[in-house]
Amino acid sequence: MKAASKPVPPPAWPKDIYNVFKQIGIRQVAYVPDAGHTQLIKSCHADKTMRAISLTTEEEGVAMLAGAWLGGDRGALLMQSSGVGNCINMFGTLRECRFPLLTVVTMRGEWGEFNPWQLPMGQSTARVLEDIGVVVEHVNDKTLVGETVFACAQMAFQTNRAVAVLIGQRVVGFKDWSK
Amino acid sequence: MAQIKKSNLDRRVAVKAILAERGDSLVVTGLGSSSYDVGTMDHPNTYYLWGGMGGAAMIGVGLAIAQPKRRVLVITGDGEMLMGLGSLATIGAEKIRNLAIVVIDNELYSETGMQPTHTSRGVDLAGVAKAAGFATAGTASALADVKAWIPKIYNTPGPLFLDIKVNANRYPLSIRLRDGAHIKNRFREALLGSKAFD
Repeated sequence: MKAASKPVPPPAWPKDIYNVFKQIGIRQVAYVPDAGHTQLIKSCHADKTMRAISLTTEEEGVAMLAGAWLGGDRGALLMQSSGVGNCINMFGTLRECRFPLLTVVTMRGEWGEFNPWQLPMGQSTARVLEDIGVVVEHVNDKTLVGETVFACAQMAFQTNRAVAVLIGQRVVGFKDWSK
Repeated sequence: MAQIKKSNLDRRVAVKAILAERGDSLVVTGLGSSSYDVGTMDHPNTYYLWGGMGGAAMIGVGLAIAQPKRRVLVITGDGEMLMGLGSLATIGAEKIRNLAIVVIDNELYSETGMQPTHTSRGVDLAGVAKAAGFATAGTASALADVKAWIPKIYNTPGPLFLDIKVNANRYPLSIRLRDGAHIKNRFREALLGSKAFD
């Protein structure tokens, strides 16, 4: 028999991302929900200096944050790797106009994935992003998430480039289907 | 569904009447004919899309949130708006008060060979906007109707949606401004001054 499991403390990395958002002055947060982003989305909604907006599809967020930048606001787009595929043409617009974009993508379809339908997009995420001109940083160590988001934000907003931080499934965790 | 008979309104006449009253509003245009129409009355605080189909309304959202004291007007076409229908749900849910969307609806994809769009077969964009929660939504098909809407476009608490039925007139490409980075930088500098380059 399994012993009663202790309550698992929430992971620290979502808070690290939130702290970076505060530090760099993120005002608009666009997202399509993902389990991996639950805590961060909650923190952004609770913050009165940020406007957190739920989207019907990730592509809306790419356009929205281009508009935010036109108006002088910095923003961030939160999504799951499957959402990256919904954004490709709009990323092309960012590239043509040299809009900055900071997106934080929680990965599916890699390390420990149980759902075969997640594999095609998950395994192609980095390649597809790089093909359309998005700078990609893949982070698989939870202690490096905060500093990676900070470094990527600097690249995005100081060089007017779209930059994606991929939070690996090693960090986000996966469901154990072995039992 | 209310059937509106074919409009005789010329798109450029409608756009000109609206833009004449723009004041300090910030304007975003959807790719295709709408960008060319608006380009006939160029302004540094117009952001023209030449790509990113389906994105005009959401660019308006980000801009409206960043600039809550300014009116943001999105002028786009029916084909472009149909590609971003989900954004109407997002805007309705978020109740963006300083945002107005005007669709120049000729019921055609006029840049790609005049194929009919769904609005030619009864899809009512203003009805969609209303159902999505827009504060004000309607359809106009004569210049007098458009003129009656103009004060609402700029002043009524939004989100506001106006579908303007126009005829199939096409015009030669009037706008030479195509470089995306330039259009973006010009817009930001006009709006933000030296802070545009911080």
